[in-house]
Amino acid sequence: MSEQTPSQTVGPFFGYALPFERGGEVVDRAQPGAIRLHGRVFDGEGIGIPDALLELWQPDGSGVISRELGSHERDGYTFTGFGRTETTRAGDYTFTTVTPGAVGGGAAYALVTLFARGLLHHLFTRVYFLTPDEVPAAVAGDAVLSKLPPERVPTLLAVADGAGSYRFDIRLQGENETVFLDFDA
Amino acid sequence: MPLSTQNEINREIAAISAEARATVEAGGTPELHPRRGYAPYRSSVLRHPTHALVKADPEEIERTSPAFGHTDVDSYEADLTIQHPGEPLGERIIVTGRVLDGEGRPVRNQLLEVWQANASGRYVHKRDQHPAPLDPNFTGVGRVITGDDGSYRLVTIKPGAYPWKNHTNAWRPAHIHFSLFGTAFTQRLVTQMYFPGDPLFALDPIYQSIVDPAAQQRLVSQYDHDVSVPEWAIGYRWNITLTGPKQTWMEQDDDHE
Ligand SMILES: [Fe+2]
Repeated sequence: MSEQTPSQTVGPFFGYALPFERGGEVVDRAQPGAIRLHGRVFDGEGIGIPDALLELWQPDGSGVISRELGSHERDGYTFTGFGRTETTRAGDYTFTTVTPGAVGGGAAYALVTLFARGLLHHLFTRVYFLTPDEVPAAVAGDAVLSKLPPERVPTLLAVADGAGSYRFDIRLQGENETVFLDFDA
Repeated sequence: MPLSTQNEINREIAAISAEARATVEAGGTPELHPRRGYAPYRSSVLRHPTHALVKADPEEIERTSPAFGHTDVDSYEADLTIQHPGEPLGERIIVTGRVLDGEGRPVRNQLLEVWQANASGRYVHKRDQHPAPLDPNFTGVGRVITGDDGSYRLVTIKPGAYPWKNHTNAWRPAHIHFSLFGTAFTQRLVTQMYFPGDPLFALDPIYQSIVDPAAQQRLVSQYDHDVSVPEWAIGYRWNITLTGPKQTWMEQDDDHE
């Protein structure tokens, strides 16, 4: 039994090292069923964070988790389920992906991991894809959503904002602070 | 707001460290990770959650991880000194060790990414304004896939310390940034490896944000004469331990390992 190696911030200078070509394109934009998942990462003063890195990890549209190698090589066809992108000067990010399928009958969601200068240890959150009429049953049946105060549930929900487009903002602090998860309970 | 002095930062660090030490002496558990909200690191003030994290059992997606392999990384990417026509300036070093999970088992065939400043303390990044020279023969980015025993080996140049604007006369101890994947996404780790005996440790709010002295030491590599190569490079050893994975605690099928 060895002790965990502590985390440290990703810092401001990851931009020439971690992002990879078409890293935000989990699927090709032209693929049928491709969606845009986008949003802004806000600090405690409501300012967009221009130096954040986001990773997306999700099953495919039918709920299958990819075991394909080549998560950093986009061939335009293979679904690896992994995406990585950095925020713009305004703090905006964009992934092109598919709506995740539910794994094992639960509510469908993608795992989002956030890194940034100023953030000493990454943060995990989930983006759930639910239509408004699906929300009550999903909240009741999901182990995470069901234990949240009702007013915090919307911080984990993607909001449809156009044809094939979903918005998911992340707020590190303040009103509507995003729910972040600790898996080491 | 004017920048704080180093002495002001030192006092803030000392107060937090004393409080953390008292908590452990009173029977509290030492903190494994840095505090996300650590005021001496000014950028953390507006960038950490104020609510407690919500405890969650990882589901299947969180108990798996992207798959990487030798199709993702070329073997020469582990040598940061051969990416350009000429040799980079600075002290050539070897950094090697093993990536283990919380049970001490090797993390095999997973991706390890590194990035760092050059020997002068300058990053190849447009936002780095430190007036130190770039090195046309050094980019400072490397990748490696861990071996069957969880091992990795990098060849690089010892990075320089560099100034930053957290407070007046703020300098980061020399470090290499590491990014790691385990077999579960819950094991994801981004961190920094330091070099032994750096006089800047005591003054650096990022290093000191890990309030447990034993945990701080886990980020410091050791000089290892058996790793050094005669007439060629100085060797450092640094082992990395990821959390969990939780799935291994529920699955009983790999007891034979
Ligand atoms: Fe750095």
